[in-house]
Amino acid sequence: MEKTAHIFEYKTLALTLAGLLVMTGVTVGAAYIDLGWVNVWIALAIASIKASLVLVVFMHMKFEGRALRWSFLSTVGFLAVMIGFTFWDVAFR
Amino acid sequence: MAPSDPSGKKMGMWLFLYTEIILFGGLFVLYAVYFARYTPDFIDGAALLDRGFGIVNTVILLVSSFFVAAGITAVRKGHTRIVLAGLWGALACGAIFLVNKYVEWGHKFENGIYPGSETLVDSPGGLNLFFGLYYVITGLHGLHILIGMSLLAVCLVLVYRRKITAQQDALLENSGLYWHLVDLIWIFIFPLFYLVV
Repeated sequence: MEKTAHIFEYKTLALTLAGLLVMTGVTVGAAYIDLGWVNVWIALAIASIKASLVLVVFMHMKFEGRALRWSFLSTVGFLAVMIGFTFWDVAFR
Repeated sequence: MAPSDPSGKKMGMWLFLYTEIILFGGLFVLYAVYFARYTPDFIDGAALLDRGFGIVNTVILLVSSFFVAAGITAVRKGHTRIVLAGLWGALACGAIFLVNKYVEWGHKFENGIYPGSETLVDSPGGLNLFFGLYYVITGLHGLHILIGMSLLAVCLVLVYRRKITAQQDALLENSGLYWHLVDLIWIFIFPLFYLVV
């Protein structure tokens, strides 16, 4: 069976890297502004955006089919439950 | 010639990556709970880490992922020299990352901050936990950098031997996926340890 080549052009990859570096700068900058408990969530939000870029572009998730997308999202969902529910439990003890 | 199964190989790698995500995820569960319970100590712990090293290492890994991704594009376009440049670049980035880690940890050891040290045992519980998590998580991550570099080195040899080509790039693609995951994990490690305020 012929495999159609999924290719991101070098320029797209370079732009993605640029975006990732900019966001790294933003997350570092945000750490110098004390917003209390919001800081962690901002950092995690920016990290999630960076992770999504690496995933969709560098890891080619953009080209992948339902099996991979759903299995990946399920894994992340499982992680969210594992962390979220444990945190939820401990926070209210 | 045996039929190849590029989709199967790729799915196999992704399934393995999911186990890696859960592995580090478990450690992040610990982080989440202790961060909630000992927030001031975690802030103190982060202040003791060298943010410069963290930033440089983050940039290095992002650039290394770019190199690896460019390598995949190159192999599919038949640009062998660019494939090699990408792989050498990623390996160099990995090596620099590990040297940084060595220097960073060495500096901490010199200052009496290591698992079981008197300084940590005598310090507040939260600080001890912060550094316990720091060493385990970054240590495990460093081990994964080594594994990733080994995979990329194997790919490098196979590209020179013309065993990895546009028609047979599964190993390179899968090694790349592993490397990107290692980068992904660091993307979360960096703010959680170096940017806690």
